[in-house]
Amino acid sequence: MDLTLKVWRQAGPGTEGRIETYDVPGISEEMSFLEMLDVLNDRLIVEGREPIAFEHDCREGICGSCGMMINGQAHGPQKGTATCQLHMRKFSDGDTIVVEPWRATAFPIVKDLVVNRSTFDEIIAAGGYISVTTGAAQEANLTLVPKAVADTAMDAAQCIGCGACVAACPNSAAQLFTSAKLAHLNLLPQGQPERWDRTVRMVGVMEQYFGSCTNHGECHEACPKEISLDFIAYMNRDYRKAIVKNRSLIAQP
Amino acid sequence: MTLNLDSKIPDGPIADKWDNQKFGMKLVAPHNRRRFDVIVVGSGLAGAAAAATLGELGYNVRCFTYHDSPRRAHSIAAQGGINAAKNYKGDGDSVERLFYDTVKGGDFRAREANVHRLAELSVDIIDQCAAQGVPFAREYSGLLDTRSFGGTQVSRTFYARGQTGQQLLLGAYQSLMHQVDAGTVELHDRTELLDVVVVDGEVAGIVTRHLHTGAVQSWSAHAVVLATGGYSNVFFLSTNAKHSNASAIWRAYRKGAAFGNPCFTQIHPTCIPASDDFQSKLTLMSESLRNDGRIWVPTEFDDKRSPDQIPAEERDYYLERRYPAFGNLVPRDVASRAAKAEVDRGRGVGELKNGVYLDFSDAIARLGRDVIEERYGNLIEMYERITDEDPYKVPMRIYPAVHYTMGGLWVDYNLQTTIPGLFAGGEANFSDHGANRLGASALMQGLADGYFVLPATLANYLADRLSRPPVPTDHPAFAEAEAAVRDRTKQLLSTGGTRTVDWFHRELGKIMWDNCGMARSTETLTKALSEIPALRSEFEKDVRILGDGDSLNQSLEKAGRVADFFELAELMCIDALHREESCGGHFRVEHQTPEGEAERDDENFSYVAAWEFTGDGNAPALNKEPLEFEYVHLAQRSYK
Ligand SMILES: Cc1cc2nc3c(=O)[nH]c(=O)nc-3n(C[C@H](O)[C@H](O)[C@H](O)COP(=O)(O)OP(=O)(O)OC[C@H]3O[C@@H](n4cnc5c(N)ncnc54)[C@H](O)[C@@H]3O)c2cc1C
Ligand code: FES
Repeated sequence: MDLTLKVWRQAGPGTEGRIETYDVPGISEEMSFLEMLDVLNDRLIVEGREPIAFEHDCREGICGSCGMMINGQAHGPQKGTATCQLHMRKFSDGDTIVVEPWRATAFPIVKDLVVNRSTFDEIIAAGGYISVTTGAAQEANLTLVPKAVADTAMDAAQCIGCGACVAACPNSAAQLFTSAKLAHLNLLPQGQPERWDRTVRMVGVMEQYFGSCTNHGECHEACPKEISLDFIAYMNRDYRKAIVKNRSLIAQP
Repeated sequence: MTLNLDSKIPDGPIADKWDNQKFGMKLVAPHNRRRFDVIVVGSGLAGAAAAATLGELGYNVRCFTYHDSPRRAHSIAAQGGINAAKNYKGDGDSVERLFYDTVKGGDFRAREANVHRLAELSVDIIDQCAAQGVPFAREYSGLLDTRSFGGTQVSRTFYARGQTGQQLLLGAYQSLMHQVDAGTVELHDRTELLDVVVVDGEVAGIVTRHLHTGAVQSWSAHAVVLATGGYSNVFFLSTNAKHSNASAIWRAYRKGAAFGNPCFTQIHPTCIPASDDFQSKLTLMSESLRNDGRIWVPTEFDDKRSPDQIPAEERDYYLERRYPAFGNLVPRDVASRAAKAEVDRGRGVGELKNGVYLDFSDAIARLGRDVIEERYGNLIEMYERITDEDPYKVPMRIYPAVHYTMGGLWVDYNLQTTIPGLFAGGEANFSDHGANRLGASALMQGLADGYFVLPATLANYLADRLSRPPVPTDHPAFAEAEAAVRDRTKQLLSTGGTRTVDWFHRELGKIMWDNCGMARSTETLTKALSEIPALRSEFEKDVRILGDGDSLNQSLEKAGRVADFFELAELMCIDALHREESCGGHFRVEHQTPEGEAERDDENFSYVAAWEFTGDGNAPALNKEPLEFEYVHLAQRSYK
């Protein structure tokens, strides 16, 4: 198929960007979206024009590196699918496709489609872990985890940290990302001792960089792992409890 | 032979060796640890686990990764699971059996003492990860669930859906970020190691380039750990993440670290076949699928019917036929070669006739679609997204692809390379897997190295150096290394040729796959050894890299890595040519049994080949570490 691409080009963090238009003929339906960009980049290089910078690594929808706005949608039109797993059969001959980077103050643009998502790491550093010194762990089967709890924790833990939730949100909020990590850890028995501190700290760092949630639900729609909005409700509940909780009574439910 | 390959295997019965070693090693007292600077390069399972643990212990740690976050390391993509000898299923597993399976699975080319330690530590890993909150699959009782994997007859593989690597890496990453928050680890993301600095025969530090600013910088330390992953991408098409590369270990090799068994590569039997020339990487379908999927091809050659039209008696379930004891669960090398044999003789399926079927219909009939969906749902979805076919209705098409490299930097029992102070962990070392790695054992090894082995052995190395500050970065050796890095960048940028880096990489990959892939011979390897240098000199003259070196330049990054792949590819072929036997993933067509199985030559090749750099243009020198098998009897592997 023959396509027209309109791509955001920006040389560096401080510089001004603009949309550039490229004809991309002869694309196969079997190609992934990133392979289509590879083909375009190869041609640009041969023509002496700088290739389009974009992040990618695993190309299996798991590392969370890739991500771009495709026709205004984070990761493009296919639900539950990261950009690297999106295939060209989802487009038609003659289409014009607009490709832009994630847009959020907390994710400054580095170059073209590449943004800096270090603020996500900062949220994790603020308690997104269970403190267990290497070697201090007890025999694993001493802690029983009901299957339903393990399954829900896993549903939350699947988050790949790509940032699509933030990019899709009209407020650039990071509620889905933060709540997924909180739910993963706060649901498990192992996560209980640090539950309330973790919640307060992570929410605090989140609010420092990201917008607030007004329940649009766009984050869930864009999420390649289809992380549930329920986790946001769960986070809000834990947060409310955490700020009033008398921590010495922590053993009580 | 000029290197002293002292494996430092401790004395005593095999089950006591690690304990003896730990007791014999020196310690660094808690208040002294912060006086030591340690560099960890890599934030995959091995690197993140090592950096987090060393940070917890109180060392001054710097962790480097070229990724934008440690969480993106290639380890994230591991699907199937992690082995541990917990024997929770009561099916006869034990540390001894995991040890035995791994030595045998590796086709007797691994060091027994290392493998035993790995099997011992496997149980601690599960405890550690469960305590971190890794959401492993559970039974209804709340106990941990396990499944079986290729090359074994017990159920010892722990998993988190089809995303085990992701969950283990997130556990290690979270521990690492905890230490970053605590101030014990300084994280340097988007920072790529481009050289290793050695002063007076000991490691002094590294030189890096920041991928966004192009800044070249020196870092000194008392000890350096390389946990930079494997080099399967020398084949261009592999299941590895696109950026995975060999530069860190290659730079170390050029500075004097021996390279162990470079030709030992693993071809994974269950990947989605390539669909065309634009293919940028291959996607693995976890081997766990072989638990419930049955592999077959039509008995008819060139059968054009759709698979559901082919009656049972016209299907050849060739693995079940040839290997009744292990059936679809034979080790990877055996399964891969069998698939290649079927495709080569013209029974391949799919439009390009480049695959075999992996069929779930019997399992769905037996267990129900729900069970299959719960076990493999995400893999099946991934397959569907890529191929537009529904495996619940039509069998998957699969074919082998390059997946893992057993070879890597030679290390002694303490994971120290031949350069004192330079350690290697995870896939980057030549490791514990011999000539073939069993499924679900790489995650185990990466975490054993990172959480348990390196923190102990590093202390032993550092203890003697308490009064010695690290070599300062204004030492001329650092200036020299920095200048070399800058020159190389400048040279690449100024080549001004006509072809892209990817074009050269793809060509190199073809040479390697055709000549040093699943089957190797004197003829193909000699051919590769004449083609690689030719392509490389063309690369040096004709590569085109636009842009500059002072900002994000992805072609420049790739070019440096591909340049190193050229050199490594040659070494791999040299090693493959010298090893006149077939073992594990290394199959020399000249050495096979009448039934077409790999034929080892224990008399002449029961050793680790540790290659030593002797200067550009010179042939590398071969050093041998003899392997002794005291506990597992050398035998021809049989999975029949
Ligand atoms: C698709 C797939 C599925 C797999 N499934 C399984 C499985 O089910 N079970 C199993 O046991 N194994 C599995 N494996 C194998 C296993 O995932 C890997 O062997 C293992 O994760 C490697 O971990 P590592 O820590 O050694 O390296 P990696 O995870 O590759 O990490 C390398 C790190 O080093 C950094 N790095 C590299 N070079 C440099 C440099 N020059 N400068 C700075 N940083 C650098 C990278 O940024 C990265 O952080 C699978 C592999 C693949 C490809
Ligand atoms: S490249 Fe890894 S998620 Fe897309």
